Amino acid sequence: MTESLDLSLYAKPMADGTLGMELAVEGIACGGCIGRIEHAVKSVPGVTEARLNFTNRRLHVAWSPGLAEPAAILRALEDGGYHGHPFVPMRVEQQEAAEARRLTRCLAVAGFAAMNIMLLSVSVWSGNVTDITPETRDFFHWASALIALPAAAYAGRPFFASAWRALKSRSLNMDVPISLGVILALGMSLVETANHAEHAYFDSAIMLLFFLLVGRALDYAMRRKTRAVAGNLAALKAENAHRLIGDELVSVPSAALKAGDRVLVKPGERIPADGIVLGGKSDLDESLITGETARRDVASGATVYAGSLNYSGALTLKVTAAGGTALIDEIENLLEKAASAKSRAMRLADRASRVYAPVVHLTAALTLAGWLIAGASVHDALITAIAVLIITCPCALALAIPAVQVVASGALFRANVILNAGDAIERLAEVDTVVFDKTGTLTLPEPRLVNAAALDPELLQMAARLALSSRHPLAVALSREATTRVPFDDAVEEPGQGVRARINGIDTRLGSPQFCDVITSNASQASAVCFRHGKRFAVIAIAQKLRPDAVDVVNALRGRGLDLYILSGDHVDAVAPVARALDIEQWQGGLKPAEKIACIETLKAGGRRVLMVGDGLNDAPSLAAAHVSLSPISAADVTQAQADAVFLGEKLKPVLDAIVVARRARKLMTQNLWLAAIYNAVAVPVAIAGAVTPLIAALAMSGSSLLVTLNAVRANGGAR
Amino acid sequence: MNVLVYLVPLALGLGLTGLFAFLWALRSGQYSDVDGAALRVLSDDDLHEASTTKD
Repeated sequence: MTESLDLSLYAKPMADGTLGMELAVEGIACGGCIGRIEHAVKSVPGVTEARLNFTNRRLHVAWSPGLAEPAAILRALEDGGYHGHPFVPMRVEQQEAAEARRLTRCLAVAGFAAMNIMLLSVSVWSGNVTDITPETRDFFHWASALIALPAAAYAGRPFFASAWRALKSRSLNMDVPISLGVILALGMSLVETANHAEHAYFDSAIMLLFFLLVGRALDYAMRRKTRAVAGNLAALKAENAHRLIGDELVSVPSAALKAGDRVLVKPGERIPADGIVLGGKSDLDESLITGETARRDVASGATVYAGSLNYSGALTLKVTAAGGTALIDEIENLLEKAASAKSRAMRLADRASRVYAPVVHLTAALTLAGWLIAGASVHDALITAIAVLIITCPCALALAIPAVQVVASGALFRANVILNAGDAIERLAEVDTVVFDKTGTLTLPEPRLVNAAALDPELLQMAARLALSSRHPLAVALSREATTRVPFDDAVEEPGQGVRARINGIDTRLGSPQFCDVITSNASQASAVCFRHGKRFAVIAIAQKLRPDAVDVVNALRGRGLDLYILSGDHVDAVAPVARALDIEQWQGGLKPAEKIACIETLKAGGRRVLMVGDGLNDAPSLAAAHVSLSPISAADVTQAQADAVFLGEKLKPVLDAIVVARRARKLMTQNLWLAAIYNAVAVPVAIAGAVTPLIAALAMSGSSLLVTLNAVRANGGAR
Repeated sequence: MNVLVYLVPLALGLGLTGLFAFLWALRSGQYSDVDGAALRVLSDDDLHEASTTKD
């Protein structure tokens, strides 16, 4: 029975009548791949366009409907040694891309205006101390106004809009003093220019916008980069399901399944959607859902959940919940509760601005009142008060935190940690307790061979090579040990029992003890696979194995004063050896999702800031309840969506790196806030005294911005 | 002095040209794949479209 591939979910009609699809491409090694991939795809008949984006490893393909089919495009890529994974771009990603483009446009306008106004301003400043005529100065000021007003109206929109939103909800954010400062500076300068005055502050207002936009644009550029990588990884993980239409088998993306569909799940595949077993018998590994490593036997009538791994037999399912990642009711309820109860940690920047904004506005008001009482004219007092607002405009303050965030998320990205939430860095830095899940978090997501030392290397190699011919998960785990990746020619798989082949004329079997005629008394947690080659035989143990650097990372975390816990849904007997190996005394096994949350709530009530690291569907509510959370990339989709950050690779070290980088970043943020405060402490008295000229304002502003930005670059170190 | 009356607008005009050139480049997607653009310049596919299959 041949199986056709239905990718209509991903094909989108384009403006010119063709169909288009986005693919995340795996296997791109160098620049030469661009030409090879585009050429290979374009040579598929009917394809009208193929363009590879080398920066985010994505391929855009368009074809004429009816002339080509998307499956042929995937085959063309496979033939070239690449893997294409179709995907639908995420909404968030598109929104952020649009916002990033908008910020870049604003930045370009502000940059253009700042340069041209500064050109005129420098002439005025040097003219003021030499022989500029008042007419020339007025001309320059009017020219500056002509550039500054439209530029500020355009480039200031992100700030004005955000300030307006904050004011409407009766709160203050950093954008309120920024917007007020810019508008007042422009308004005052306009009035002063009309009165033929010596000073105008057009340059200060525009420069302020320019510096702040640099910070924001960089922030969005970084976020876009991590989102693109996260999107590609999601596309790589997406699996196809075998849908039964009548008696015909059609391969469709799991995301395209609907309730009521009938689906075939072969041994070694994951269950694509929640459903009820219609036919077949098998055992399932549900560790991604419950954390339990013992397998569950299922037969007709049993309920199965998306994400479980099918071990021995083929199953026919009826899908009950569409979308592939439907939640078990209990977890859904817990998740809602945990997410709403999560105390929204106030961000450092918001806390700073809540103190800062009223102080600034009060100081300006006091300056106005003070000068009036001292007998100055209303005009002079007003000018001085506005100068105070301009000089205190939180240029350095508004850059102090975003600049560090940009550099730190770059450092995390290189350490294989991808941030989901922008403020995760601050929350990671505050952590004093780390709670680990066991299965798939402290241990590797897939089981591995554990008794290599006890086996004859020659037999092991033979067994591993024979295992290449089976899709059974234990065989897949064993086949990782094979040095030759070529399966034996005449290997035959006997469903539910094992694989056999004739090697050098001797009957050779790999599989269950009965199949291999081996008597074994294996009472440990490991699953046993038996191997027989003529008279020689071996019992191969496959089990969950700790991540290779787990012991070192756990020790390093302890060395940094963090309190460590293991909360696992797996059986107590399976958790104990892991806790012993890692020397973690506080551990619990056999926990239900609600009990995990209760443990975390108890820790939180004790004043702890908890980092939860987990991958199972049963961890999703606890991830939402914890102060901050991390997930390995192998985690269930729902779990990953709840985590503040996702880490890649086989190692546990990203968890340590995340905390180290975050703590360093937090220190630099505080330092930067202090730098900004010191700047204000020096500049404000000068402004109150009425001695600030536009030249001093420009120097002070760019000087302090440069200082905090340079300090932020130091967040780069520390992740080694 | 009088020279400024047309020199300043001229300078502004040049600056605006640069600004619009940048905005146009941004809109036409020239910044969407900066790494790829650096490598594409080395490929000479466009010189002999038909003979590229030889290598």
